Amino acid sequence: MAVAIAAARVWRLNRGLSQAALLLLRQPGARGLARSHPPRQQQQFSSLDDKPQFPGASAEFIDKLEFIQPNVISGIPIYRVMDRQGQIINPSEDPHLPKEKVLKLYKSMTLLNTMDRILYESQRQGRISFYMTNYGEEGTHVGSAAALDNTDLVFGQYREAAVGAAYAAKRANANRVVICYFGEGAASEGDAHAGFNFAATLECPIIFFCRNNGYAISTPTSEQYRGDGIAARGPGYGIMSIRVDGNDVFAVYNATKEARRRAVAENQPFLIEAMTYRIGHHSTSDDSSAYRSVDEVNYWDKQDHPISRLRHYLLSQGWWDEEQEKAWRKQSRRKVMEAFEQAERKPKPNPNLLFSDVYQEMPAQLRKQQESLARHLQTYGEHYPLDHFDK
Amino acid sequence: MAAVSGLVRRPLREVSGLLKRRFHWTAPAALQVTVRDAINQGMDEELERDEKVFLLGEEVAQYDGAYKVSRGLWKKYGDKRIIDTPISEAGLRPICEFMTFNFSMQAIDQVINSAAKTYYMSGGLQPVPIVFRGPNGASAGVAAQHSQCFAAWYGHCPGLKVVSPWNSEDAKGLIKSAIRDNNPVVVLENELMYGVPFEFPPEAQSKDFLIPIGKAKIERQGTHITVVSHSRPVGHCLEAAAVLSKEGVECEVINMRTIRPMDMETIEASVMKTNHLVTVEGGWPQFGVGAEICARIMEGPAFNFLDAPAVRVTGADVPMPYAKILEDNSIPQVKDIIFAIKKTLNI
Repeated sequence: MAVAIAAARVWRLNRGLSQAALLLLRQPGARGLARSHPPRQQQQFSSLDDKPQFPGASAEFIDKLEFIQPNVISGIPIYRVMDRQGQIINPSEDPHLPKEKVLKLYKSMTLLNTMDRILYESQRQGRISFYMTNYGEEGTHVGSAAALDNTDLVFGQYREAAVGAAYAAKRANANRVVICYFGEGAASEGDAHAGFNFAATLECPIIFFCRNNGYAISTPTSEQYRGDGIAARGPGYGIMSIRVDGNDVFAVYNATKEARRRAVAENQPFLIEAMTYRIGHHSTSDDSSAYRSVDEVNYWDKQDHPISRLRHYLLSQGWWDEEQEKAWRKQSRRKVMEAFEQAERKPKPNPNLLFSDVYQEMPAQLRKQQESLARHLQTYGEHYPLDHFDK
Repeated sequence: MAAVSGLVRRPLREVSGLLKRRFHWTAPAALQVTVRDAINQGMDEELERDEKVFLLGEEVAQYDGAYKVSRGLWKKYGDKRIIDTPISEAGLRPICEFMTFNFSMQAIDQVINSAAKTYYMSGGLQPVPIVFRGPNGASAGVAAQHSQCFAAWYGHCPGLKVVSPWNSEDAKGLIKSAIRDNNPVVVLENELMYGVPFEFPPEAQSKDFLIPIGKAKIERQGTHITVVSHSRPVGHCLEAAAVLSKEGVECEVINMRTIRPMDMETIEASVMKTNHLVTVEGGWPQFGVGAEICARIMEGPAFNFLDAPAVRVTGADVPMPYAKILEDNSIPQVKDIIFAIKKTLNI
């Protein structure tokens, strides 16, 4: 500090201030500067010639006033492998997955679809309290999951927590990636910004997987953002980004596989924006006919569905046929019904568990309440449906 | 100068007599440690003891921390253990420093919904052994948005533990216990206390010195009234007690040390002895720490021992003013505590 002030006194005022300011900047330990972190190479502070020396950006000067126009007319292109008829477009992008793996992809997507139908109905019948279906987005879940290792961590939401977990995995040299799923609506939350920025600055092995399905409950994308979707935000944070056709299971698979490999090898985040369409309602608490046309929904259901497209591929490979389809539909329905009935028959957890896991060790006042409940049930237990609960 | 040379010239017998008059043991002069250094020591020892512990926050690394609480730690443990975070805010044990707890409001969703509730929501599968620490409450001239006390806000939430150290011993013992605790712990420090030196008893100098979370300390024994407080106001309570002692009123001053889980047993035992209660805190009155203590007293055995209603001394129910004279009068002063005690005792 003293050096800077002395320097200012020596030089002429206007020049002196800028010189003093530069000297201030040079002092080690000044806030935020002279770090020992290697990555962002600071330009060598040589002379005062016409190259920009700002610590905040590495760029050339320009002497023409020009605003950068956000490009939403022809945005980031959408990577796909299969066309709508399930034909591979560019053979060099064909992942050449073996038959069992592709059948597993297909069966996972269709089983999910079957489970969705049954559970949605069961909510309507009052047998479960709440449900969210996956109609139209099965390709994004299954395609990406198929590209991960069994030890990778999956976060269904909680963007910042995902970054924290990725950071821990990096420190432990765990050879794990963390994948965090979120919708284009969630990307508007402040947490998303913090998550992206921390992932980039802390160099975390994380895949941010955005399912852009056209609607955030009732908010269409035209009201959600004015930029080129979510993929365009990645470079703003210094994150490798790609946009894929979310209804193309192979495209989703390829992108996730490569992102996983590089995220772990290079310790950096990746952003995948999977374009898709939400065919169903947002949840059992939503009626989407209030804000979109039935025609629009039918179009996607009939013309561009991840399950249909993969089925076309399977049929063209000779790995599937109508009979197997019929048999599998019956089998998957039976599987879901059996599991559902088994779950319905299970007793509810013991009321004792109301008090556990608030802290690692149960504090005294919770134990007192637990004992009080136990005494109450001993005296008045017959008035409660205790047979529905675990002993 | 003259005093020193005088001391040197005195014969040895007299000097040792002088020493004997001040101390009762032959150990060297009692160690004085500031609250800041006590926290630093505590974190240093825990960083050394367990490599999974690490510190992150604004300016904590090379800048040695905005209040120098993390001084020297980056030099000793390096980038991997002491991490600067850009401003905004798995087996690891992070210590997350907030420049002040006012900034924790930005991250409060994470503190409550990701930290406090995760163990419960995961059915005991996902523990969150994290420590949130930083200065809390009023400072000096930092105005409305930087002076809020969060004891009541965090103390409200199941799943969190909340501690509030007063002196250096508290600071070191509680930060170490917080780091070793497998639950999320909020450590509410006080900026004005950082530079204050306190006597550091020999046991506090040990690397395994821990103060149990959930246990209050009786700083001063008394018989006429129980005065309960946390953080900096504890010092004011002791000052008030010293003044009142000259008038024949003996106050029992309790330093809560922990906000959640609150040590009601110590408070109740004291109230059952003294029959009178005054609570003192820096935070706002509504739904505050004092309100909780009063409610619990009523729910427990001590209620029947009260000879007068309990009285709360709190910060003024306004956003903290910037003008110094207003600020000084917006936080409990010694005279306010004395007034409340006398009112309760009807003297």
